[in-house]
Amino acid sequence: MNQSSFRTREDRYVDLAPIDNRSLVQTRPFRQRLWDITLFRKGVILLVLALIWEALARYQNNPLMLPGALETADALLAGTLDGTLPVKVANSISVLIKGYALGVIGALALTTGALSTRLGRDLLGTLTSMFSPLPAIALFPVALLWFGLGEGSLIFVLVHSVLWAMAVNIHAGFQGVSETLRMAGRNYGLRGIRYVIHLLIPAALSSILAGLKIGWAFAWRTLIAAELVFGASSGGGGLGWYIFQNRNELYTDNVFAGLVVVILIGLLVENLVFESLERLTVRRWGMQNSG
Amino acid sequence: MGVLNPLAAPDFEKPSVNGKARPRLAVDGVTLDYVTRERRVRATQAVSFDVLPADRFVLLGPSGCGKSTLLKAIAGFICPTAGAIRLDGMTIRGPSPDRLVVFQDFDQLMPWKSVRQNIGFPLRIARGLDRRAAEDRANEVLETVGLSNFADAYPHTLSGGMKQRVAIARALAMEPKILLMDEPFAALDALTRRKMQEELLALCEQTASTLLFVTHSIEEAQIVGNRVLLLSPHPGRVRAELDCGTDSLNSLGSPTTQQRGQHIHRLLFEAPT
Repeated sequence: MNQSSFRTREDRYVDLAPIDNRSLVQTRPFRQRLWDITLFRKGVILLVLALIWEALARYQNNPLMLPGALETADALLAGTLDGTLPVKVANSISVLIKGYALGVIGALALTTGALSTRLGRDLLGTLTSMFSPLPAIALFPVALLWFGLGEGSLIFVLVHSVLWAMAVNIHAGFQGVSETLRMAGRNYGLRGIRYVIHLLIPAALSSILAGLKIGWAFAWRTLIAAELVFGASSGGGGLGWYIFQNRNELYTDNVFAGLVVVILIGLLVENLVFESLERLTVRRWGMQNSG
Repeated sequence: MGVLNPLAAPDFEKPSVNGKARPRLAVDGVTLDYVTRERRVRATQAVSFDVLPADRFVLLGPSGCGKSTLLKAIAGFICPTAGAIRLDGMTIRGPSPDRLVVFQDFDQLMPWKSVRQNIGFPLRIARGLDRRAAEDRANEVLETVGLSNFADAYPHTLSGGMKQRVAIARALAMEPKILLMDEPFAALDALTRRKMQEELLALCEQTASTLLFVTHSIEEAQIVGNRVLLLSPHPGRVRAELDCGTDSLNSLGSPTTQQRGQHIHRLLFEAPT
């Protein structure tokens, strides 16, 4: 190392001239921005899937076995216009909401109980590991015995399918709340139910939303299956019953229309309701990345 | 303890006339244990000290001396195995907004509330202010810590230093009887830390708050504190209690401050003879 080379170098100062701020920000091209919209990308995927479906149907050329996308769309439109499908959807959704709400309330009650005492925690753990693996369909006979044909049975199996999955998720969320945040909350005088509402629930909202999503999928699935089994239980039946009936009469296009409605409602709730909830809460708060 | 301090100059400011001023916080023979699955571990043993009003009292010690545990006990999160902790003569039972903690971790702010709401929320639940009054008070303290422009930002958009500033502002807004700080600047970079120390000292002077500050940095203890309690590790026991009110950011290079730093270093790390 040549020591002297360090000595000969001069100190350097730069006078910073003001910079034009406008040149630092540039608008991105329209195509890039369009492709950034999740809903647009998902729409493209749906379109491609529908095209593949239509192509397969034309290749098969057997509407009784596999009606095409266009044919199904026709049946869907007809069913919607003559009012049969909307009624079935309304029936299904009304039962679904009742069962779902009861399940969510039950899950919150169970997990809140599990927070305060060790016994409550053990109770939650035991109950979930007992009932979580039990498929809703296995409870249908019991539900029929207890509640007969009707809304009661449907709600019973719905609550069962929602409750345990949600309870596990909410409890995991509560346990994941950082010790510092807990202490900060208690330091500012939060305790009891206010501690749960003002601190634990918002802090665990990512997991709670994940639980709500899983619960929703379970509930929707169980409901359609239950309607297929119970048949027309409450005032003309729901979507499951619609699918079942049309299969009996070999209206395959109506069966597909019913299936498409089931799928569409699932997509809609997932992408509009839960997406918006996540965007307005956990993502805005930086608790979850948009991935 | 004065005997141990060769630097005690006659012009040292004495915050108390022995036993006359009533302590804000009295820690009296406090022994703390923490329980693991297999055993109880002693964190501190018979620790006693008094914090007077407007003190900037520092707990200093190497890791494992139980200083953070002690702070948590004062905050009311842990019950002492023996001894008593009294705030203004009242024995402490459980956490309360009259002793607020500023933690080291950045996640002490509620991510679902904006900066202003983070400061306003405790004012509403603990002090019973209405929404308007809480917001006004929040704006006021945000002004003092220089974060008015970020009142509506969410914590995750702030830098570490700004988060700590909000946490300090939130605690100051409540005007607690004593402010407990658990290595609040340890996770910050050196430049931000120095700036925050300056700001904290200015705020303390402005608001005449009583401060209990935990650190493992000798330099930080000298800068922030006017009185330092040295704890020995495993378990934490009082090694010395020193005045360091004359040490400040400006005196860092001065021989007195440096000598005191070395003196503290020896007390902490040399085996007692």
